[in-house]
Amino acid sequence: MFFSFELLLEALMFGVLLGCFYAAVSIGLSVSFGLLDVPHVAHPAIMVLGSYATYLVAGQGLDPILSGVLLMPVFFVVGVLVYRFYYESFERRGTEAGVRGLAFFFGLAFIIEIGLILVFGVDQRTVEAAYIGESLELGEYRVPYRMLVAFGVALVLTFALTLYLSRTFTGRAIKAVAQDEPALRLMGANPVRIKQWAFGIATGVSALAGAMLIVVGPVEPAIDRLYIGRTFCIVVLAGLGSMTGTLVAGLILGIAESMVLMFFGASWAPAVAFSLLLLVLGVRPQGLFGR
Amino acid sequence: MRFWISAAVLAAASLGLALSPVNEYFFYAAYVVLTFVVLATAWNILGGYAGYVNFGTPAFFGIGAYAATVLFRSLGAPLAVQIAAGALMGGLLGFGVGMLTLRLRGIFFAIATVAVVFIMETLMINWRYVGGATGLQLLRPEVIAPFENYIRMLFVVMAWMGIAAVAIARYVQDSWIGRGLRALRDSEEAAEACGVPTLKLKLFACTVMGGLMGAAGAPMPMYLSFIEPASTFNLNYTVGALGGAIIGGMSHWLGPIIGALLLGSLQQIVTVTISGEVNVLIVGVLLVLFVVLAPEGILGLLKKWLPFSK
Amino acid sequence: MRHSRRKVLKAGAALAVTAGIPGRAFAQAGPVKVGMSMPQTGSLGAGGQAALVALRLWVDDVNQRGGLLNRKVELIAYDDQTNPANVPGIYTKLLDVDKVDLIIAPYGTVPTAPLMPMAKQRGLLVMGNFSFQVNAKVQHDMWFNNAPWNNASSWSDGFFAHGRKLGAKTVAFLAADQEFAQNLANGARELAKKGNIKAVYDQNYPPTTTDFSSLVRGIRAAKPDMVFVMSYPNDSVAIVRAVNEIGIGSGVKMFGGGMVGLQFTPIMSSLGSLLNGIVNYNSYVPGMKYPGIEDFLKRYAQRAKEAKVDPLGFYLPPFNYAIGQMLEQAVNGAKSLEHKQLAAYLKKNEMKTVVGPIRYGPDGEWANARVVQAQFRGVVDKDVEQFRSPARQVVIYPDAYKTGEVIAPFEKARKAKA
Repeated sequence: MFFSFELLLEALMFGVLLGCFYAAVSIGLSVSFGLLDVPHVAHPAIMVLGSYATYLVAGQGLDPILSGVLLMPVFFVVGVLVYRFYYESFERRGTEAGVRGLAFFFGLAFIIEIGLILVFGVDQRTVEAAYIGESLELGEYRVPYRMLVAFGVALVLTFALTLYLSRTFTGRAIKAVAQDEPALRLMGANPVRIKQWAFGIATGVSALAGAMLIVVGPVEPAIDRLYIGRTFCIVVLAGLGSMTGTLVAGLILGIAESMVLMFFGASWAPAVAFSLLLLVLGVRPQGLFGR
Repeated sequence: MRFWISAAVLAAASLGLALSPVNEYFFYAAYVVLTFVVLATAWNILGGYAGYVNFGTPAFFGIGAYAATVLFRSLGAPLAVQIAAGALMGGLLGFGVGMLTLRLRGIFFAIATVAVVFIMETLMINWRYVGGATGLQLLRPEVIAPFENYIRMLFVVMAWMGIAAVAIARYVQDSWIGRGLRALRDSEEAAEACGVPTLKLKLFACTVMGGLMGAAGAPMPMYLSFIEPASTFNLNYTVGALGGAIIGGMSHWLGPIIGALLLGSLQQIVTVTISGEVNVLIVGVLLVLFVVLAPEGILGLLKKWLPFSK
Repeated sequence: MRHSRRKVLKAGAALAVTAGIPGRAFAQAGPVKVGMSMPQTGSLGAGGQAALVALRLWVDDVNQRGGLLNRKVELIAYDDQTNPANVPGIYTKLLDVDKVDLIIAPYGTVPTAPLMPMAKQRGLLVMGNFSFQVNAKVQHDMWFNNAPWNNASSWSDGFFAHGRKLGAKTVAFLAADQEFAQNLANGARELAKKGNIKAVYDQNYPPTTTDFSSLVRGIRAAKPDMVFVMSYPNDSVAIVRAVNEIGIGSGVKMFGGGMVGLQFTPIMSSLGSLLNGIVNYNSYVPGMKYPGIEDFLKRYAQRAKEAKVDPLGFYLPPFNYAIGQMLEQAVNGAKSLEHKQLAAYLKKNEMKTVVGPIRYGPDGEWANARVVQAQFRGVVDKDVEQFRSPARQVVIYPDAYKTGEVIAPFEKARKAKA
């Protein structure tokens, strides 16, 4: 493969942008799986649902990122309902919730994916915006604006969520319920309501993630399968429940993928996330910043 | 004894059916249904008996299909050899995956198995000999008498493979291996404390599961006369295997048979009358319904409604 | 008195019977079923939908003329979603459940690949639909393609010949890892070697790739004189957009070659000015004189408007209509629906179609290729009708259809006025 310093620098830059985007896409999972221990394999599917919802709203003439923000409250409610259903059916009863919980979310992911195919068909969908298709020229390098927008939104989102979890009352309650649920109950707070709220936030964030997804590139219903690997790789590499860890892990994955793409070819890139995941699970399952 | 008599009867019946003037499409569709019987039965050995949810069915199925392809392309190997190779490669992969991941709990094991699927798919995409992402066209050899055509023969092959898979699952279930697996499913720590060799048992279950799934995948390239990675490693196989076992009932070897036969037949009917997507949707919906409302599956429902116990 | 009453009754009965039949009366033996899978969604969907309109137009035309062997023709078409995995099941269903008499291949190399072994094993006549070298490995002797190319040379010669005229010495190959692109790539590599053109970049990408920025950067860094791209519609669009975003380098003289999808009207109008400068293959551009094609395009445009599909109908529809015409001539000529007899007829005779006369070589491809390479010029955004003008796609090869010279380098051609 062709090697040059310029290419390396470009790959690195692209990797950073890509990595932050991946981190933003995984942050919802960091909350729902990392903090709440919900086996949420349907997270990428809900994000793709967010992409299609953005496609519909943006089709009315709105900016895609704005559409994503507007959809966040809607998805928050969806998240609360899904968690409520999950809790009533599985967590409460406790018996071998492992197999059934997993099967439930897997089934849910499939239903969402096939639902999208039935409604929208298998064709790729894109959105249009002033910043999609143009690049910023920095001397020799050209950086696509769509990546910069996703990068910016990702940083803002991660920062906001980290602040929320560490500074606000409910945020700290969410972290508390992740650490020690019985203790929280003894203190008089209702853990179920807190978890419900947290899951709602995670799902709301997924709506914005979906908007970013369709800004960065075309989406089609089956794209969630590829993102299962990326999101879980990042969440596990980060260490369950760490928000800053998610950003770091995202960067690592983004740069790794970009390097493989540049120097080994596009046919190896899809395996990077999954290979990294297996590596982390085998070598250091608690991740980088794990609890 | 009853089991072996029924098995012999079924084996003979499948042969008889294949020689009778039934519409060709029946065999084409029945092959797929029987494949899912094998996959669900195999899945249940690790998933139902031991409680480890494997999302990676396509990886084992696919390695069987590609092993068969390699042997067919390089040596012109007959179907029996292809199936043996598929079982061998599937078993090896099962063993390897087990060594790597069976120390991980619940969801991590499941996600790790998904990772194996994508890694296998990427490996096949990059291997030109088996066609890469383009795929490979394959010409079947002449069919052996007394069969009229190749699909009828594959139907009988898969029916007999199903019977063999069920026999193996029954053996595992009723033996000390099954007892050990059930013990570790209920509480892995307690089982360890009692001296049950949990890792060895899990590895055994994983290897057997992989081998059976690989065997089920081996005739696929001959069935389609074509192989390519995207459809071979499709996660739809996960839902089919997992769904068949959960919907049928995970505690007994009868469960996956009932689940796969019902689910598979429903899928085939829907594909012909409505569309290919709706059939996957139905599986997903049924899976969620059963998991929420009837976790013991159809066997569980039968136990509740019928006065005698099994 | 009785005689005249009987006569009146007889006349009345005859009148009643003939008044009840609309148009022609068909024989009692049931319809002639023609079955196919057509990608109506997925990567090739836009092309497939237009092709299907043309085929349905032929079905109506032939039924107006009395059908085939005095039986009504019925077309059964399923959507394979451009997914080759769906094809074996669809054709098995067509043959064993719907019990069709004749089959047509799906549009496109990728969906057609799985059909070939099946067709050979079952001894079926297959009318090909714009596939490239899909029969090369299986070598089925009852295969008849409707596309104006035969081997890789017929396709790539024009591109490389012009590159050499402009002084190009190096080429970059970018090919999707699927049947069409790989067939073309294998041929193109051979031709480049024979023509002493050095490949400085040669990459395959998985057909599901959506982001080409890294690949485009890699091509740019290799500084090729020509870039030969072999892609399917989804990737073609993404590649054109990536080149626009990232830039391919000022040294590239010619860009394009084998990009499927840049001939589909919806894609041409959505890419608009991004197309300028690209030299790509085509089967028909306005200005090429085939007998009967103008009339066909007019009638097609009416049906396309009703179906809300590609109104221009340049690339596929005429050639799909030609499939119908060829089937009609073969069935009428052989006076049978038996596949072996139809195949024999198609091998021996020259067919007359709206895309000119078609004669087959021994491999089931056209004996004489007629692919053109044309450069997009002066295309503006959001205008479908502009493509009716021959000036938008200047034919640079072959000489028989040439309308202009190629403008190079590529970056200069992108800005050139019509």
